[in-house]
Amino acid sequence: MKVSNRAWRDRLAGQLPADLAEEIDVFDTEIELRMAGKLDEKVFAETRLRRGVYGQRYDNGQRWDGEVTQALTYPAAPLTKGPNTLWDAPGMQRIKVPFGGLNARQLEVMAELAEEYSDGIAHVTTRQDFQLHFIHIGDTPALMRRLASVGMTTREACGNVVRNVTACPIAGVCDTETFDVTPYARAITDFLMGHPDTQDFGRKFKVAFSGCAGKGCGLVNMHDLGAIAATRTVAGQVQRGFELYVGGGLGSVPHQAKLFDAFVPEGELLPLSQAIARVFARLGEKTNRNRARIKFLVAKLGIEEFKRLVLEERAILPYDPEWTAYLADLHLTDEQPLHAPADLPAGQQPEPLARWLRTNVEPQRQAGYYTVTVTLPLGDLTGDQLRGLADIARTFTRETLRTTVDQNIILRWVSGADVLALHAALDGFGLARAGAGTIIDVTSCPGTDTCKLGIASSRGLAAELSTRLAEKAHTLDAAVQGLHIKISGCFNSCGQHHVADLGFYGVSRHSGDFIVPHFQVVLGGQWGNNAGSYGLAVGAVPSKRIPDVVDRLTERYVSAREADETFQSFVKRIGKVEIKRLLNDLTAMPTYDADPSYYTDWGDARVFTIGDMGVGECAGEVVSRIDFALTGADRQIFEAQLQLEAGQAQKAGETAYAAMLQAIHGLVKEEFYDVPTDPDRIAAEFRARFYDTRIFWDPYAHGKFGQYFFQAHEAKHLPYTAEVAHQRIEEAQLVLEATHAAYRKLRAARLNAGLGEAAQP
Amino acid sequence: MSLQHLAVKLFAANPAQVADTHWVAYFNRWIQQHLAPEMLIDVADYRHVHHGPGVMLIAHEANYSLDETGGELGLLYTRKAEVAGDDQAVLAQAVGATLAAAQRVEADTPLRFDPARLLVIVNDRLLAPNTPETLAALRPALTTYFDGLYGAAAYTLQATAPGRERFSVTVHVPQPPTLAALAARQPATEVTSHV
Repeated sequence: MKVSNRAWRDRLAGQLPADLAEEIDVFDTEIELRMAGKLDEKVFAETRLRRGVYGQRYDNGQRWDGEVTQALTYPAAPLTKGPNTLWDAPGMQRIKVPFGGLNARQLEVMAELAEEYSDGIAHVTTRQDFQLHFIHIGDTPALMRRLASVGMTTREACGNVVRNVTACPIAGVCDTETFDVTPYARAITDFLMGHPDTQDFGRKFKVAFSGCAGKGCGLVNMHDLGAIAATRTVAGQVQRGFELYVGGGLGSVPHQAKLFDAFVPEGELLPLSQAIARVFARLGEKTNRNRARIKFLVAKLGIEEFKRLVLEERAILPYDPEWTAYLADLHLTDEQPLHAPADLPAGQQPEPLARWLRTNVEPQRQAGYYTVTVTLPLGDLTGDQLRGLADIARTFTRETLRTTVDQNIILRWVSGADVLALHAALDGFGLARAGAGTIIDVTSCPGTDTCKLGIASSRGLAAELSTRLAEKAHTLDAAVQGLHIKISGCFNSCGQHHVADLGFYGVSRHSGDFIVPHFQVVLGGQWGNNAGSYGLAVGAVPSKRIPDVVDRLTERYVSAREADETFQSFVKRIGKVEIKRLLNDLTAMPTYDADPSYYTDWGDARVFTIGDMGVGECAGEVVSRIDFALTGADRQIFEAQLQLEAGQAQKAGETAYAAMLQAIHGLVKEEFYDVPTDPDRIAAEFRARFYDTRIFWDPYAHGKFGQYFFQAHEAKHLPYTAEVAHQRIEEAQLVLEATHAAYRKLRAARLNAGLGEAAQP
Repeated sequence: MSLQHLAVKLFAANPAQVADTHWVAYFNRWIQQHLAPEMLIDVADYRHVHHGPGVMLIAHEANYSLDETGGELGLLYTRKAEVAGDDQAVLAQAVGATLAAAQRVEADTPLRFDPARLLVIVNDRLLAPNTPETLAALRPALTTYFDGLYGAAAYTLQATAPGRERFSVTVHVPQPPTLAALAARQPATEVTSHV
């Protein structure tokens, strides 16, 4: 922790916006109260989360070092900053960047903070935020003050509040947009942040804007509230408004947003958003956080009833002049170029410059100007790079920068005459990497590097795939180059794997007495059309074989695709049976002795296992009873996907439920061999033996996956729509993963008790 | 003006040798075997970043990294926790930790360090703004310490140009002692962790 922290308060006195200054002073006080034991740890946890101060992996004071689990004896222990979160443990600081908009001075301050408080790296996230890792909580107020001094905030970057408002990063310069959504994104950010009606949600609330329906930049369909620019003509006057969507979201079970209204006039955007917030706060789930996102409320009520309630709420809202005040100032976010427009230099450029021009430079709607994408590997950049980028932004533009959900940064308003000089300047800082938006531009959440929820190393895999693909980028077929790869370290979808051509999310499997990192392969997602459709998992593959998965799928796509066939269409045409056959041999796990490389994750040196689990001699080659049940459930999930694809929603839903039941039945049999096959009895035994005892509990999701089973069980006789069947399949996959985890716990407990496999009934 | 939060970098003499070691595994072994006095937490790999911090061993009180800033590979020790004592104690702690770590790396791997150059950064822009005034204020403390380490007139100090970068000085030593000899000249310091 820095000795200068207190001094920053004095140094920046009077330089911060009053509301932010007060907010940070309050947090300073709360830190002192918590340190003095006068503030409950749960209350403190929520208050720090609302300031973007997150926990980080190993903050419970334990870390598996590859041989044993070591205790991390932080000096201030047992003081905590939340349940099971030690005070001194390094944490993550998220910094909001509304609509991704940045200026040069803000980049310079990010550089300072990354160097002085973090590990020298600033990280761009999949929601246009910045994140700094390995931050001591004691440093956070000084860090926040320095951010506030340049107009940046961490306020409500985490917690059950309105998170960073994202928007298309080429809003205002895009040739397909209806109009520039930037001022509206800024207005809703200012209006909803700290608003009394947004402080009592059961879960977070994410908002996104897009200027058009066709592209993927805004990803409106996967947001709690999404707005697509629209116009209509009334009495000869063109009115601005929005096609408004609610109830979308990824997470463990993705939901497509529902159309709330095909045209909400611009003047109604803020009051309607406020009314939605009030309905969500009033009727949304509060006790069970796993069902607390607004998507569950919309699904439960139905969009028509939800809309009725919102409009009813809207009708009684007390008038607020802020609803429309900003409409007089829409021009405030307008941007101007620094240099005169010009076309790109004529003539063929040498490689790799030519490739960079093809992939990273796009013409703007305004003739003679271009957007230039700075490709950031894994979203990371150093202090020197941030300062270099700040200088470049000043030299070539009027500091018109935006972060992107692809974890890159875009420079806007670059004159064509400057593009080559800009490339040279970027190259000087190692920022002229080609391939923006192509298959080598892999997106990843932090995964096991720093996230407490990570199961497998998403960043490690992303780095490996990106390196391998970059080496052969110039030989890749054009159709393959345009694909998107997105990776999450777990089912929570922070890497947005559901909307990629090739998506992966981390899971694990046991092999003998070891745990093997795996990734579920998710195919058929759509990035375009604002995240128009979600992919489905086709099977888990050992982490070390994922590069082979990418090679096989892309090679097959190149060799077997029909003219102009998209990858999504190709996947649909050849079918999941064929894809599964194609990947089947890659799912094999050699024993540890035969190939120990399978048992460590990408970018890690440690054996990937549970630290306190013993190594038994009898388990290596034995296939236990439950393995058959779990394999059978896996197969049923796959069949359900095929049924859904064939338009048999009812059958697909029933099969997905049957898959859950088979997995749960297999687990129950581990404890009660003669359990009857009656589903009600299986559910009752499962509840008593695994759910109520919390063996089936996830450390972070708690009882969520067990609840999926109970809900599916209760609803098993209800009709399945295609959407419900889709969700049931996703839930079945997660129940299966949870069953694997529960079985591992059971097995570890037996081995620790010296019972071994032979002790099973 | 008092010193705290120093970062010290020893540059590699044979940077090409860096490829011969699995550094993530290597630093993980430090954690397994408690090979540094700090409480070691995790290893982060930033080799995908151009001229970045490379492979980093994260500890509670400090970080160790095979830093590539400026395109020059070196071992960087970055002190995060406060060090008790005066400026001499603070300098001795950071330089001493760097030398100890470098000796261990040399003993374990083919990588070698050049004792003729040492970079000292004050990783706190409020404590030490990168200005001529800061150099003037800190020069006595730096001179006292490096006179003791290298001998008076055996080295030169070169400050980074004033600007946005952190305040730093590079110590150039035309006829440097070995790392072991430098380590032996370190005053004994009792390092207390303050968070």
